Amino acid sequence: MERGGFSFDNCVRNAMLESAGYQPPKARKTGTTICGVIFEGGVVLGADTRATSGNVVFEKNCEKIHYIAPNIYCCGAGTAADTENTTGLIASQLELHRLSTGRESRVITSLTMLKQMLFKYQGHVSAALVLGGVDLKGPHLYTVYPHGSSDSLPYVTMGSGSLAAMAVFEANYKDNLTEEEAKLLVKQAISAGIFNDLGSGGNVNLCVIKKGKTEVIKGYAQENPRKYRRPAGYSFPTGTTSVLESKFQRPVSEIAVVTEVVSESVSMET
Amino acid sequence: MDPLLRPGHNAPHLPAAMGPGYADVFDRLSRQGGRVETTGTNALPTFDAHAGAKQASFQPYQNNGGSVVAVAGKDFCVVASDTRFGLGFAVPTRMISRNLVLNDKVVLATAGMQADTCTLHKVLRIRLDMYRQNHGKDMSLGAVSQLLSNTLYYKRFFPYYTFNVLGGVDENGEGFCYGYDAIGSHEKVKVVCTGSSQSLIQPVLDNQVDGKQMYDGQPVAELSLEQTVELVKDCFSSAGERDIYTVGLDGRGQPPLYVKILKLAFVLTSHPLRSKYTRSHFIQGQSPAVRDSQTTTDTYFT
Repeated sequence: MERGGFSFDNCVRNAMLESAGYQPPKARKTGTTICGVIFEGGVVLGADTRATSGNVVFEKNCEKIHYIAPNIYCCGAGTAADTENTTGLIASQLELHRLSTGRESRVITSLTMLKQMLFKYQGHVSAALVLGGVDLKGPHLYTVYPHGSSDSLPYVTMGSGSLAAMAVFEANYKDNLTEEEAKLLVKQAISAGIFNDLGSGGNVNLCVIKKGKTEVIKGYAQENPRKYRRPAGYSFPTGTTSVLESKFQRPVSEIAVVTEVVSESVSMET
Repeated sequence: MDPLLRPGHNAPHLPAAMGPGYADVFDRLSRQGGRVETTGTNALPTFDAHAGAKQASFQPYQNNGGSVVAVAGKDFCVVASDTRFGLGFAVPTRMISRNLVLNDKVVLATAGMQADTCTLHKVLRIRLDMYRQNHGKDMSLGAVSQLLSNTLYYKRFFPYYTFNVLGGVDENGEGFCYGYDAIGSHEKVKVVCTGSSQSLIQPVLDNQVDGKQMYDGQPVAELSLEQTVELVKDCFSSAGERDIYTVGLDGRGQPPLYVKILKLAFVLTSHPLRSKYTRSHFIQGQSPAVRDSQTTTDTYFT
């Protein structure tokens, strides 16, 4: 019976291949700046939009603020696939939980599910998260580390740009921020990461969560618009690429639809 | 005698000139404490970490990124570099110069390790000053190209971790560039790029300047000086979008640092930190004819 989770079928084979000198493919680890801050009655989350693969910028405008529930969002740093799948899995489980209970999800529930999953995999799932949301108990903000530990703080940062972002928070944070002050502070923290950490870059994305209202703001600030383009542009006349051979084929006019029918008794036999 | 140094010995482990493999020679150098690891029967003894033996590591190299470009035209040459000093994911400095104005007809640009770049530039400046004192004239482009090669090969077994492009105009007033590997192998070309964005920029320059990847017989229009500057700026602008170690335009939104070299002995740089190479610096000691010609040339201070 399918029970979900990871398949470890190829572990022994892969260990053998690796000892024979085969290099396994590497997962893409993104340099990132993510952060969050609590304000009067809500939470602001922020993230940069650069995804890197070694020295190369793989994606200039990716989304690092993931949906967990209508009242809960989660920023992810670390291995891109791990952050996306981990948050997706927990979001899915919480959706089912809401359908079964008919109540709004609590932030502490998603925190517990995330950290239990990450601890189970002993740090091999490289997801460093900033989790924020508002529930019946008010606003909450947490960081979750890849090994499953967590913090609950009024302002948090994560990723390779976390030091730059935390420097901004330490300098400018105060209690009882207004919503606009919180948004500005988060924007400044992410910008510090974009400018001072080569693993971070692109634009600033924000997510503002208040009681009963969530707002995702993509491109809240565009810090590095391209400053120069060659005026003449680049155009290549027809014939720039030589045609070696050409062949025309009529489109298929008649399409046959084949449906596979498998009888129950045959498929279940072993 | 080291069998590898014997004349005629085929040494496949040596870095190919400007080839894609040179980078891992430095990886190996770093790990081996400055000694090039060889393969097969010439291999250095290696130690199994689990056998108890330990090898102290000396890592003399670091990569500070950066990209440099030189494009030569009929009677000019444009030499450009970016200004970012990178180290890991950090940016210690946003505004460094990778360019060295050697005289009023020759400019060098260097990517790689900044400490070695500074040392190499210092050595070359001294050698060129001595030449100027001894001979009462500036060294020609061709002579500088050979001097640079010799300076690099002098440190064949503990190389400067630098990747150079040299640009200028020769005795006939024609623009040329030279591309180098880290140990002095070089080639005289019309367009060259090296550094962290080499793989992004070189194909574009090959296509736009040399007409590579075009249908044979497609005419390639020769670029004017202004068009060349526009192309070079666009190359940096694009590379800065995708290479984390190259900044498209400098930290204050200025164009990349570049130098034009014209037939009539004229050099300008957009770099604010190199103010000692101003127009007056080059006008000094030159004939009135040359001095007058300079005033007619438009400037590129930005």
